[in-house]
Amino acid sequence: MNACCNTQTVDLPVEPRVAGRIRNVVLVGPPNSGKSTLFNRLTGLRQKVANYPGVTVEQRVGKLNGIGRPDLTLIDLPGIYGLDTYSEDARVAVDVLHGEMPGTPAPDAILLVLDSLHLRRQLMLAAPVLSLGLPTLVLLNMSDLMEARGGHIDSLALAREMGVPVAKISATRGTGLDAINHFLNRKAEPDAPPSATTIELPVVGNPRSYRQWATGISTRTKYKAPVSNQTTKAIDHVLLHRVWGPLIFLTVVFAVFQVVFSIGQPLSDAFSDVLNAFGDRVAPLLGHGWLESLAIDGVWRGVASVLVFLPQILLLFLFIGVLEDSGYLARAALIADRVMRSIGLNGKAFIPLLSAYACAVPAIMATRTIENKRDRFATILVAPFMTCSARLPIYMLMIAAFIPNKPLLGDLLGMRAAVMLSLYVLGFLAALGTARLLKSSILKASSAPFILELPQYRLPTVRSLSLRLVDRGKVFLRQAGTVILAVTLVLWVLSHVPFHATLETSLIGRLGQFIEPAIRPLGFNWKIGIGLLTSVVAREVIVGTLGTLYGADPATQSLGLQAALRHDLTLGGAMALVIFFAFAMQCTSTLAIVRRETNSWRWPALQFTYMGVLAYLGALATNQIILHCIR
Amino acid sequence: MVAIALLSIFGAETEDDLELSGTWKLSLLSELAIGTTGVVESLDLPGEIQHHLMHMGFIPEARITVVRRAPAGDPTVYSIDGFEVALRRDTARGIRVREYESK
Repeated sequence: MNACCNTQTVDLPVEPRVAGRIRNVVLVGPPNSGKSTLFNRLTGLRQKVANYPGVTVEQRVGKLNGIGRPDLTLIDLPGIYGLDTYSEDARVAVDVLHGEMPGTPAPDAILLVLDSLHLRRQLMLAAPVLSLGLPTLVLLNMSDLMEARGGHIDSLALAREMGVPVAKISATRGTGLDAINHFLNRKAEPDAPPSATTIELPVVGNPRSYRQWATGISTRTKYKAPVSNQTTKAIDHVLLHRVWGPLIFLTVVFAVFQVVFSIGQPLSDAFSDVLNAFGDRVAPLLGHGWLESLAIDGVWRGVASVLVFLPQILLLFLFIGVLEDSGYLARAALIADRVMRSIGLNGKAFIPLLSAYACAVPAIMATRTIENKRDRFATILVAPFMTCSARLPIYMLMIAAFIPNKPLLGDLLGMRAAVMLSLYVLGFLAALGTARLLKSSILKASSAPFILELPQYRLPTVRSLSLRLVDRGKVFLRQAGTVILAVTLVLWVLSHVPFHATLETSLIGRLGQFIEPAIRPLGFNWKIGIGLLTSVVAREVIVGTLGTLYGADPATQSLGLQAALRHDLTLGGAMALVIFFAFAMQCTSTLAIVRRETNSWRWPALQFTYMGVLAYLGALATNQIILHCIR
Repeated sequence: MVAIALLSIFGAETEDDLELSGTWKLSLLSELAIGTTGVVESLDLPGEIQHHLMHMGFIPEARITVVRRAPAGDPTVYSIDGFEVALRRDTARGIRVREYESK
């Protein structure tokens, strides 16, 4: 045999790093090995999700509550194929395993998860992991499925070959997990007799030698791969069909819209009523002084304006969760790849852009499925152009106030609906154009491969779906909540200083008048200016701000506000305002999420500036064109 | 499907019969027709992609079957080691395979 396939003999130390005591266990496995399901199973609901310092790789840490060992910490590593340092994920994994990741404790033991349906390939990861010399337990996941489909493995022989214990488990069903407890207890005994094991491992760092090693082992342990799943092939025959495939795909896309608008919107409205009712209930308890104003008008209204999006976001994540867990998302990416490629993006960018129609925050979190960093950043940067639900309040207000409800195409399309639709198209085009611009300039990638593993179809479990919702809900509330809270407080203070000032003479009022010359060419007055300033927090805030400014309550006296706007603004100014909102980055939650996901203030700053300039120019052009053409 | 015979240890364990009454034809993975099987000869791709693919099992002597094309004609789904991977044509062009043609 050739030189690549040499093996070397390695003596495995049996002692854990901290003699006799295991504190930190690390979970390692290739992508699609069922690692996250197992992590959720082992840690339960209490897990911390954060980014590793300096990189955009997600770190998940939890206590081993699921098997009754809350004294032990389980660290989840990103799914990896090998331990070389080509990808960011693998670099993080190597650093954590060597105990060189700042802030992450050095692991005392390893749980290596392998998918027993594809063991011959999955064993390739075992070679570099075993050569680390840490106490390791190999978990053959989905072994129930493998055996049900006629597969076989001699796990005792496998344990002998690899010199470490091996257990057959099913992460979805939760069977075989006792072995983990057993392993951790045994290794924790301080006086376990040291008996050095000697095993053959391939020369480190060579996929070919790993492969041969893995093949050799699977032959000697009588591994018989299960018969391939014919159900998946049959489903793919329809879902990836030349004609039916794209049709079903479009139906799914449409369904996402329907869910967000027809179910999500009423849910959000109802939730908003509940939140406001709570504020009204609490308000009298605080008296009628500045405390009530601060707590209710300042903090509660501001925070509630973001909280109302929670139902829509959870709904969207439920939807995406079902698609992802079932395996359809990978097929959707495959179908969309051709179209996405024409704008320089990856097929995997399609789903995040789709969900950005509801809200850019979950959309940006969903870009994690895109491995190529440049593609991922480009998707993050263009996602806020998609018409999110927070733009709807101002769109609806302005269209109702300024656009006559004349039919354009009979009963099919009215003037108002046409304007609304064109705003959606405008956002989409801005996203496409910007993506092209980014991919041909600062995010130019020499080669962006599309390597997509198509997992077998599975029924999503209620357990993993609810975990996902709780997880994402928590991230949303914490990230968005803290920023919103801070900004609302600042705004409230600015609009109440100096003491006893009216809005016009307050700091924010003076600021509005100060910027008025800059926004006058756009057809805006200083009140709109204040609205633009307050809506930096969140787009829908402008409706509330204008309501206050024009002395009308938007919830009850919407007609009054429309009339006031017609009196105060020209058609050009109104349409310019809508265009401004289509382009501008007025959402601190999104900026915070972009900061978190890109791990730098540079990207959100660039995004804010670029979108702001585009919004200003777009609004300026709109106002001037309407001013000169429709006079 | 074309019967593929291999004397290497990768293929030999899974193949039932070894039959060598045909010729090997070198081609690119992107040129294989749907339903045909090829054996990886070599990879010629940028470092990171090549490494990624090799860890996924695209190593010399591995057997690849063309499963189906995406509705738009590209990317193509390949089956290797019992799992399915989709690759774009320009990536598949960087993988040289030999195709077995029976006489």
